Amino acid sequence: MKIAVCVKQVVSREWQLRVDESNTWIRDQDASYELNEPDAYALEEALRLKERHGGEVVVCSAGPARVSQVVREALARGADRALLVEDDRLVGADAFATASALAAALKDERCDLVLTGLQSDDSGFAQTGVVLAETLGLPHATIIMEVQVADGALRVKRELEGGWFQWIAMPMPAVLTIQSGINQLRYATLKGIMAAKKKDVKKVAAPDLAPQHEIVRLYFPEKAKATRLIDGAPADAAKELVRLLRDEARVIS
Amino acid sequence: MILVIAEHLEGKLNRASWEAVAAAQQTGEPVKIAALGAAVAGVAAELAAADAAEVIVVEHPALAAYTADGYVQALAALVTAEAPAAVFLPHTYQTRDFAPALAARLGRALLTDCLGVKADGGGRLFVRPMFQGKLHADVRPLGPSPHLVTFQIGAYRADAAARGAAPAPVRTIAGAVDPAAVRQKAEAPFQEAKQAVDLSQAERIVSIGRGIKGQEHIQVAEKLAAALGAELAASRPICDAGWLPMERQIGSSGQTVAPKLYVALGISGAIQHLVGMKGSQVIVAINKDPDAPIFEVADFGIVGDLFEVVPALVAALNG
Repeated sequence: MKIAVCVKQVVSREWQLRVDESNTWIRDQDASYELNEPDAYALEEALRLKERHGGEVVVCSAGPARVSQVVREALARGADRALLVEDDRLVGADAFATASALAAALKDERCDLVLTGLQSDDSGFAQTGVVLAETLGLPHATIIMEVQVADGALRVKRELEGGWFQWIAMPMPAVLTIQSGINQLRYATLKGIMAAKKKDVKKVAAPDLAPQHEIVRLYFPEKAKATRLIDGAPADAAKELVRLLRDEARVIS
Repeated sequence: MILVIAEHLEGKLNRASWEAVAAAQQTGEPVKIAALGAAVAGVAAELAAADAAEVIVVEHPALAAYTADGYVQALAALVTAEAPAAVFLPHTYQTRDFAPALAARLGRALLTDCLGVKADGGGRLFVRPMFQGKLHADVRPLGPSPHLVTFQIGAYRADAAARGAAPAPVRTIAGAVDPAAVRQKAEAPFQEAKQAVDLSQAERIVSIGRGIKGQEHIQVAEKLAAALGAELAASRPICDAGWLPMERQIGSSGQTVAPKLYVALGISGAIQHLVGMKGSQVIVAINKDPDAPIFEVADFGIVGDLFEVVPALVAALNG
């Protein structure tokens, strides 16, 4: 089985966000980056499917030159080879642009399955996987918590809201967006990191990108609620908080 | 005209549909509401209470159970026929399953998870969260209308949807669905084994997030929960990592709670978590990042290291 996994490089959670001079994007030249967490779960699921059914895992990413970092990481975790659509116009791109770049890389690969995370930690569109499916003419299902493959057919467990689930059957090839927590992640071993250096990374030219939206202004939101921030040394702040909860909010006795 | 796509599960209307109706009404444009299914007269009658120009029922046997392909086909035909100025939807899991494919098939922009609408000359800007809600963006959709817009759950109040003086007219049309082109086969929705822990009944909850750093540190939070007489809960990443069972997860994919006291330890406050707890009477946040979105909803906050603050809190409570 040939499985593609689409991964995104996002700014790391630890990085203190700062808005750039144009007020339309972050100061990303100062940022540190990591693999989008839901995509890490998609990669892990692909690796597990390969272990069960055999085949190949192809990692695919679209972005500026720096995204080769997450591609290398995916190869180190066990992906077999990589497709990289490198273009600076993909910084902060909308889901349609990203999906068209990914589709350009995947259209001739004839994968049985394309996996990606349900959304990204940066833009959070929750669109790219589904738009990619439509672009490639493939069926899809989203927010998947279990993947079963038997006799060329697919049965997946889709998460609904409020603790409900649903099984969906569909033919392959198909695109699935994977929910975080579907599996337990593995991390790259030293051996994996060494092996990754020899793996093939093929660069693919980006297609024409027609943006679907533009960010007019990016800003820190104004607080909707007045939070009473309690300063001081931990012991003093703790005492004051307990006093407030007892005497003012009256939610503890 | 704004076309709102309502959502229901087996004949029960999703409350978030009313929120999308409220968002549409507040634009000042006429509103039509569509409901898809095989037998949705009840849902349509409920929606007809809205102050709306029309409720459109799109019926087809192949729409009896939700499938992405069925919805995309039926809605692509409906949107083309109605030619609305915009299509509004609630940002539910179901919308996330079909709306991107619908937008791609129609070749129209889709803005997801929006919080509000601003005037932009003759057009509109939509406010949406970025970077896990730490930043907001005013976004202009590009390309021909209708643009598709989904609204974050809770961004508009369901009870803000205006009711009409008389029921809105209901028009039923046949859904343009080719069953042979529906590739997904949906089985009946189900719940996992009944949840052993019903956190919705807890008066006090201590909840942990990524800031707890490791399973071995959970005892720090357990001591605070014991001192407060609180239940222990967590945000999704903690349950994903297997540090606490899934049944203790708060948020859109877990339980929704509204206790008297909610203490968030090391929880940044991604929207998926906030929707599950922002109705709490008093919210306390302890987090080292002063920009963490959890402080947006907190009544009391301490910016600091939870491993210093929480033991001090336990001492203060027991002292």
